[in-house]
Amino acid sequence: MRTSPGERLLDLAVSGVLWGFRILLVAAILIGTIATIRAGKYTSEQWIDFVVFGISQGSIYALIALGYTMVYGILRMINFAHGDIFMTGAFAAYFLATWMNGTGFIDSYPILGLLIPILFAMIVAGGIAMLVERIAYRPLRGAPRLVPLISAIGASFFLEYAFRGFFGPGVYAYPPIKALEGEWDILGIGILKVQVVVAVAAFIMMAILYSIVMFTKVGKAMRAVSESKDTAALMGIDVNRIIVSTFALGAAMAGAAGVLYSLIFRQVGFFMGFTPGIKAFTAAVLGGIGNIPGAMVGGLVLGIFESVGPSLFLEGLGITRPYQLKDAIAYTMLVMILLFRPSGILGERITTKKA
Amino acid sequence: MSILNVENVHTYYGNIHALKGISIKIDKGEIVTLIGGNGAGKTTTLRTISGLLKPREGSVSLDGQDLLKFKAHEIVYKGISMVPEGRGIFARLSVTENLEMGAYSRTSKQELQQNMERVFTLFPRLKERRTQVAGTLSGGEQQMLATGRALMANPTILLMDEPSMGLAPVLVELIFDTIQQINKTGTTILLVEQNALMALSIAHRGYVLQTGEIVISDTAENLKNNPTVQKAYLGME
Repeated sequence: MRTSPGERLLDLAVSGVLWGFRILLVAAILIGTIATIRAGKYTSEQWIDFVVFGISQGSIYALIALGYTMVYGILRMINFAHGDIFMTGAFAAYFLATWMNGTGFIDSYPILGLLIPILFAMIVAGGIAMLVERIAYRPLRGAPRLVPLISAIGASFFLEYAFRGFFGPGVYAYPPIKALEGEWDILGIGILKVQVVVAVAAFIMMAILYSIVMFTKVGKAMRAVSESKDTAALMGIDVNRIIVSTFALGAAMAGAAGVLYSLIFRQVGFFMGFTPGIKAFTAAVLGGIGNIPGAMVGGLVLGIFESVGPSLFLEGLGITRPYQLKDAIAYTMLVMILLFRPSGILGERITTKKA
Repeated sequence: MSILNVENVHTYYGNIHALKGISIKIDKGEIVTLIGGNGAGKTTTLRTISGLLKPREGSVSLDGQDLLKFKAHEIVYKGISMVPEGRGIFARLSVTENLEMGAYSRTSKQELQQNMERVFTLFPRLKERRTQVAGTLSGGEQQMLATGRALMANPTILLMDEPSMGLAPVLVELIFDTIQQINKTGTTILLVEQNALMALSIAHRGYVLQTGEIVISDTAENLKNNPTVQKAYLGME
């Protein structure tokens, strides 16, 4: 194909601007980092704190991101209601935990007091996701790709405002688990117990999900369906059932994440799924959407960046309240990945695979 | 008594009338081939039998049982397996996992093991590569995998769509030898091929398809000697 000199010049200009952008960004991060380290405002203990918080926050993102990535892998669709599924799980757990707290159960059996609400949240979130799939997505299966996306945004608003209608616009305080208060002394560094428990719980969940997808019959069928629905049907696989299972499994992870999130931030409200939802979507894109290990890596990277970034490079650049820009880091990362490496860290092609 | 009975089937893609009243009968133990040019409706016929496409008119039955009321994945349970066009292997699954997917309709672990052994005896190459990701196999190995995968369901009828496509002549012969072997163990085969000469050399009977209609139906022997077939599909003058 021959392009006109004008077009070539334009291409050159665009790539020049993009490269400039890249260099500027890397330079800003480097300069900021060096300045911060020179100033020596934070002790290494504080840095470790940032990283630990980043890991626990990131593991929650990762858990939610799995649902985005699995549904994308199988339907090539972004399930924008996924963040709100996370919220429904948190609400379910909140009501159960509050009741359990009233009976004194959580104080006497803290481990069960943590696990039972998680399990309940997973079931409720999974059930709601199955309903959403059946009502809002399945009838649109053959439609152009934009249509289910719009339907997903509709489902997202529906869930948010249905919960607002039922439970009001305020926030509820998730009951405290006394055994999780305070710090553990690990190698002379005090680390909040909640953060450790959240990260460990999230990693266990991810390991379970990964084993399901890799080693069980349903999991293998999910991977087969994600490659070709027709061929999967020729194997005797009930494609619709596998799709519903994928939604349910991803939603169960989001439901569990909802509880873990509530343990850290202690607030449950109808709008709580929005920001973590978009962050987790960012994490999924960061890792390479459609790629399961990618979602886990992406979540952790995003969590750590968000937690360490403000003090590490924003403060060094002379920004006075760097923590206010925490969310900006995540969204900047989203744009940067889409511009420079749309396939994500672990590289699944995002663009026009099999339409 | 024919085992598979396709009668007066009309299949459409949207408004395109792809199959215009096709009737095919296959007896137990036969190898039957469908030959015809591009766009004649060969693949469409297979997709209609396997349930991926539903005809607007006509009937498809297996052993007297109406297949049209079943979905594609249910038809596998009735005993029809297909090797799709372009092989359709699951590229990111391992060889073993691909075979396991082929046996998805089988619940017994023991049967799965037996079938896998059978496939490995038929294609020793697959056994060597069983842990490999299927996308890294060569074209011939992928065809073996697609064939083996279809056999994992223990089908009574095996539908094969262009197994020779894109393969070197040596491999084409190997695949056709295997088709005959599979047939000898009692599996009925419906074979769609562009390579009419190869197909007719192993088939018992054949149908010639042209723009969605069957124009000739005869024994393989007679088809090979039929001047029209020779001219149009065997490249002879």
